[in-house]
Amino acid sequence: MYHFENDISIVFGGAAGQGVQTIANALVKVLKRNGYYVFACTEFMSRIRGGSNSTEVRITGKKRRAYVHRMDFLVALNADAIAHLEERIEESTLVFAERDHVDGKDIAGFIDTPIAGFAKEAGNPIFSNTVAVGLALGLLGVSLDAFSAYLSEQFAAKGEQIVSQNIAAARLGYDFGLKTATKNQIEVTIMPAEAPPEELLIDGTTAVGIGAVAAGSSFISSYPMSPGTGLLTFLAHNADDFNIVVDQAEDEIAAINAALGASYAGARALVTTSGGGFALMEEGVSLAGVTEVPLVVHLGQRPGPATGLPTRTEQADLNLTLYAGHGEFSRVILAPGTFAQAIELMQRAFQLADRYQTTVFVLTDQFFLDSVASVQESDIVRQPVKRHIVKTGAGYKRYHLTGDGLSPRGVPGYGDGIVKVDSHEHDENGHLTENFELRRKMVDKRLKRLDVLTKESIMPERFGPRGAENVVICWGSNQGVLEEAIDTLRREDIAGLHFSQLFPLNPAVGELLDTKNVIVMENNATGQFADLLNRELGVHVSRRILKAIGEPFSVEEVVEALEKVRHD
Amino acid sequence: MTENPFDTQGKKMGWCPGCGNYRLLDVLKDALHELDIEQRSLVIVSGIGQGAKTPQYVNAHMFNGLHGRALPVAMGVKLSNRNLVVIAESGDGCMYGEGGNHLLHAIRRNYDITVIVHDNMVYGLTKGQASPTSQLGMKTSLQVNGVMLEPFNPIAVLVALDAPFVARASVGDSEQTKEIIKQAVSFKGLAVVDIFQPCVIFNKMNTYQWFKENTYYLPDDYDSNDRTQAFEKAIETEKLPLGVIYRRDGRELYEDLLGITHIPLYEHEVSGEAFEKMLAEYR
Repeated sequence: MYHFENDISIVFGGAAGQGVQTIANALVKVLKRNGYYVFACTEFMSRIRGGSNSTEVRITGKKRRAYVHRMDFLVALNADAIAHLEERIEESTLVFAERDHVDGKDIAGFIDTPIAGFAKEAGNPIFSNTVAVGLALGLLGVSLDAFSAYLSEQFAAKGEQIVSQNIAAARLGYDFGLKTATKNQIEVTIMPAEAPPEELLIDGTTAVGIGAVAAGSSFISSYPMSPGTGLLTFLAHNADDFNIVVDQAEDEIAAINAALGASYAGARALVTTSGGGFALMEEGVSLAGVTEVPLVVHLGQRPGPATGLPTRTEQADLNLTLYAGHGEFSRVILAPGTFAQAIELMQRAFQLADRYQTTVFVLTDQFFLDSVASVQESDIVRQPVKRHIVKTGAGYKRYHLTGDGLSPRGVPGYGDGIVKVDSHEHDENGHLTENFELRRKMVDKRLKRLDVLTKESIMPERFGPRGAENVVICWGSNQGVLEEAIDTLRREDIAGLHFSQLFPLNPAVGELLDTKNVIVMENNATGQFADLLNRELGVHVSRRILKAIGEPFSVEEVVEALEKVRHD
Repeated sequence: MTENPFDTQGKKMGWCPGCGNYRLLDVLKDALHELDIEQRSLVIVSGIGQGAKTPQYVNAHMFNGLHGRALPVAMGVKLSNRNLVVIAESGDGCMYGEGGNHLLHAIRRNYDITVIVHDNMVYGLTKGQASPTSQLGMKTSLQVNGVMLEPFNPIAVLVALDAPFVARASVGDSEQTKEIIKQAVSFKGLAVVDIFQPCVIFNKMNTYQWFKENTYYLPDDYDSNDRTQAFEKAIETEKLPLGVIYRRDGRELYEDLLGITHIPLYEHEVSGEAFEKMLAEYR
């Protein structure tokens, strides 16, 4: 008897190119259309073909956004998938695979499933993906109708025969799933949302992209590097509809300089990259600092140093962005925890960059960007695009000295003024200077805006019991896993705190944590944010929960780590 | 002659007495004035080096950026507002050394800017080391036994890559340099002008006299549309040709390939209808 109530995890494993991602995409879409809450996350090897990839699909009664180590069902498309995921196969895991893929292994929950056989029967072995989705729906006892409709949409262009063959393949998998569920007493009860609200099903990359479009981003120049490439691709696909200039740069150095040129001339410009590519952009960050040209940098983190684990996840580039660029100047670092927040923060990033003439970093990571979840449409915030550009007059000075360090920003060709920006230290007109008094004023000018940026810094979001003495802090993509762990623990003495702004920090945070036992969890080896909290606000961090193996935190391991927090 | 609107008043110059940059600055301003370029529509982008200081002394918009990076910035400016006239200006070290990769890819893209290279065959601002175009055998503080690498041949590379406008001038002849700059600025597409000029402090080899003796003008009947002939000219070493070596009009601009309109990006608006349509894809 296998009973699953309101939470099930189905993992699909196969080789790169076998369509594991396609299966997951279809399944989550169909389940979402049936009113279920779904979440999917993917891990893959840095290969084009072969290797071993897997996608975890969670169907839950409550909305969840975290990876679980547990596999309730494993659907394995080849023998490697079983070997690759062996460590996660438990007594209770039901493994659906062809007998010869099990390779003599003793797997308690093995169920001989002729996936390829069904595909062939339907007309072509490539229908295995469709069989797998049908199988999952049968096991879950969810009607096949939405999937048949999905297949008709997807394959409409390929003709009636392909559509009907796919539907036949789905049906074979589905019937087998239904039969197996009865035979093995598999019972899945998950309550779909009663009145499903209007929701979008998106991945993290799409969330960041929607945010960039909403922000009025009009120029991107970037060089492909996982996992930052997706945003460049997203904007390329939307370039015509929104008049966005999309340039694939010859290298990251060109990318950031092109973005600065475009921004100087008035575009809302953006670059997207990963740690290695960003390392090449650093001189450009310094240029943005001295010229006060607004810039937004999206950095999708992955494990380093150097090439590291190119397709995996980590949160180790906080210090890189915090200290990027030689010299001293202001900056802002944001790190969304949910997709709705990513949409909102991208708009805020451009707003801050324009208004305060500074560089704003948006830190995400592979786990965040490749995860799929639904976002309630009413949670999508759209801010009006405010321009902070003035029409210049004769005698305009780009670096006019003002009380708050911010000079009205003119752009070339708009008004009668001349707009000169300079990488050298410069006077108010933008001409190079070596006058020490001017130097002092300009250094001040560039740093002064940190005061107002600090005041406007977003406060962290609390979850869990009010007044708990233990506060667990996370940032960026770890919001979902910490929320679920705290929800699972249900302890009155443990609450969570998620930071979506990492720099500058709001001083009120220090007061908030004054009397608390502070624990910080982050996906890196040293605790970069814990150090920052301590340095900036004097927060004493009693424990660090760290992970830097290339994998996101699982709910189980966070629960386990937090169970060790002693009761008073 | 009427007053030149590109002149700046009372600025202290950062160049050595006798530097070729002075003459090039004057020639550039005259060329722009004679072309009736509107001051408010001209952006000069430069990198770092003595030549790269030129826009500091021109009364027009300026982006004086990083060493080697004038071209990507210039592209960004042009794609952001194609109504602007954009000139990228820097030395041989900046354009052919640090920024070499950008030059190759600028040619592939072919956006409508003018690239002016102050080619004095030496690094001036860093005090006299060899540049990519330094001649064999020139002794410097760093090349103590003389330059041992063959000089980079920008003209041959440009013609090989089918750059649509390739010219070389020598600042010793102000009139001809001005005429070439005027042609380059008027050209629709990426126009590169390599301009010989002396560095009176660090390059004792390539003086005004040397440039005079080692160059010649392309004859009047020279057909600059003939790429094969241009390549022959490009690889001559005994005497170096001056003039428009190669030109191919009508090559499609990157701006047009990207479908960029004449509405500057500072006027960009997000279409509400398109936004709704985009969201609908994910329902």
